[in-house]
Amino acid sequence: MRRVVLSGLLLAAFVAAWAWLASLQSVDDLTLASPGEVVQAFEDDWSLLWDNAWVTLTEVLLGLAIAVVAGVVFAVGMHLSRALRDAAYPLLVGSQAIPIVVLAPIFVLAFDYGIGPKLAIVALICFFPITVNLLDGLRAVEPELLKLMRSLGASRLRTLRSVELPAALPYLFSGLKIAAAVSVIGAVFGEWAGADEGLGRLVLLGNNQLQTPRVYAGIVILTVMAVALFALTALAERVACPWNRKERAA
Amino acid sequence: MPAKGVDFRMNVGAPVTGSRSEAGIGVTLSGVARRYPARRGADVVALEDLDLELRAGEVLGVVGPSGCGKSTLLELVAGLQEPDSGSVTVGEESDPAGRRAACTLMPQRDLLLPWRDALGNAALAIEATGTPSREARARAEPFFERFGLSDFEHARPAALSGGMRQRVAFIRTLLPGRPLLLLDEPFAALDAITRAEMQQWLANALAAEPRTVLLVTHDVEEALFLADRVAVLSPRPGRVVAELDVPLPRPRDRRAAVTDPELARLRARALEALS
Repeated sequence: MRRVVLSGLLLAAFVAAWAWLASLQSVDDLTLASPGEVVQAFEDDWSLLWDNAWVTLTEVLLGLAIAVVAGVVFAVGMHLSRALRDAAYPLLVGSQAIPIVVLAPIFVLAFDYGIGPKLAIVALICFFPITVNLLDGLRAVEPELLKLMRSLGASRLRTLRSVELPAALPYLFSGLKIAAAVSVIGAVFGEWAGADEGLGRLVLLGNNQLQTPRVYAGIVILTVMAVALFALTALAERVACPWNRKERAA
Repeated sequence: MPAKGVDFRMNVGAPVTGSRSEAGIGVTLSGVARRYPARRGADVVALEDLDLELRAGEVLGVVGPSGCGKSTLLELVAGLQEPDSGSVTVGEESDPAGRRAACTLMPQRDLLLPWRDALGNAALAIEATGTPSREARARAEPFFERFGLSDFEHARPAALSGGMRQRVAFIRTLLPGRPLLLLDEPFAALDAITRAEMQQWLANALAAEPRTVLLVTHDVEEALFLADRVAVLSPRPGRVVAELDVPLPRPRDRRAAVTDPELARLRARALEALS
């Protein structure tokens, strides 16, 4: 409750500062729309914003889903096979060094205008934090515990299922939270490189057509989307790993 | 400290597990040496020329200064390591897989999984070899009542006291029904009062569930109180420097043991051998 009040107060202060800045004569209306104008844009363009927001949300969610599957497969594979880990780790890091801005148009060339390149870009930037965090979690299990499982006669896969994966679950969620926060940026990049719908495209178009309030309305929706995804992930973590919360509190 | 209302008495009736484990199993180590490569310089010799024998159904306490290779000794018997020379035989088995199948290890720390309840943690011992979860839990349940843990089956480890956690860990050790138990300083992490209570508890538990037990500890009194025989190891490289028979029937009474003249004499001899 206290957290809600405090962050609400900070948000209100931010909006007030925004309104004050927008009211200054020296600030160009094309650069900064006032909060009032943005609310007006929400009223005027509601169905346009809504339809495009759905498109972007779909890209984000599907891209995240691909990233989770790929991330879990990569992390478990690299955990089980030392050779695979040694071989794949540099490539994994390298995949994050590629500038997405440059890659996006190439993806569009390769996959056409549809949803494909957007999913590829969202998945590419989201699978990295998921893989790295989950791999760390799998490797953080105490050696004594693995010894115990071995002495109990457990197979490698049994140990993975009963001990390592549950122990690594909080790490997976840490990776997911980071992925959720950056996933929206990935979708926007994908749409900028070439799309005929989506919030990213709407914002870019609005910018070119000098519809500043609509641009800001789009940004607000994108931000809310990222925050909501993050909050949902955090909530899922609390539900899925209740032991983790208790231990931290103790 | 244990939570209020925990019943420390036990109903010492027939063992829950089948008869296969009642007799226990013999263990023989002869001429065992184990060394580890050091980062620089000569190898670290953990054990050298170690001879040790456990009779079926016997509780053997092994005491020694820290770093005398006690943990290495346990892992060798458990089939988690192989000696560089000499042989380790459990029952008829000398290959590591056979040794692993004959014993269960109880590690120093309880290593309970925080996401499983107490019953689930005990059940893990047989889930490990493929027993379905529901059946494993059903088989673990009778142990909770017998060993003073009724009503704590569904508690998460974080809600249990140190002594109760060790009891869950001990049930996990018993559950597979293997004839040899390897206990690695099981009460080292507990406070003195809880440790004394747990030693009495373990003495009674072993009377109810007889097995061959190899108990490694740095606590001479604990070894003398619980064991039929105590072997004293030298500092590294570890070898047996004294073997003491404890000619008192088990289970013993903790309060009587404190003042027993025979135990006091054995304690003096063990401490002399250690120094």
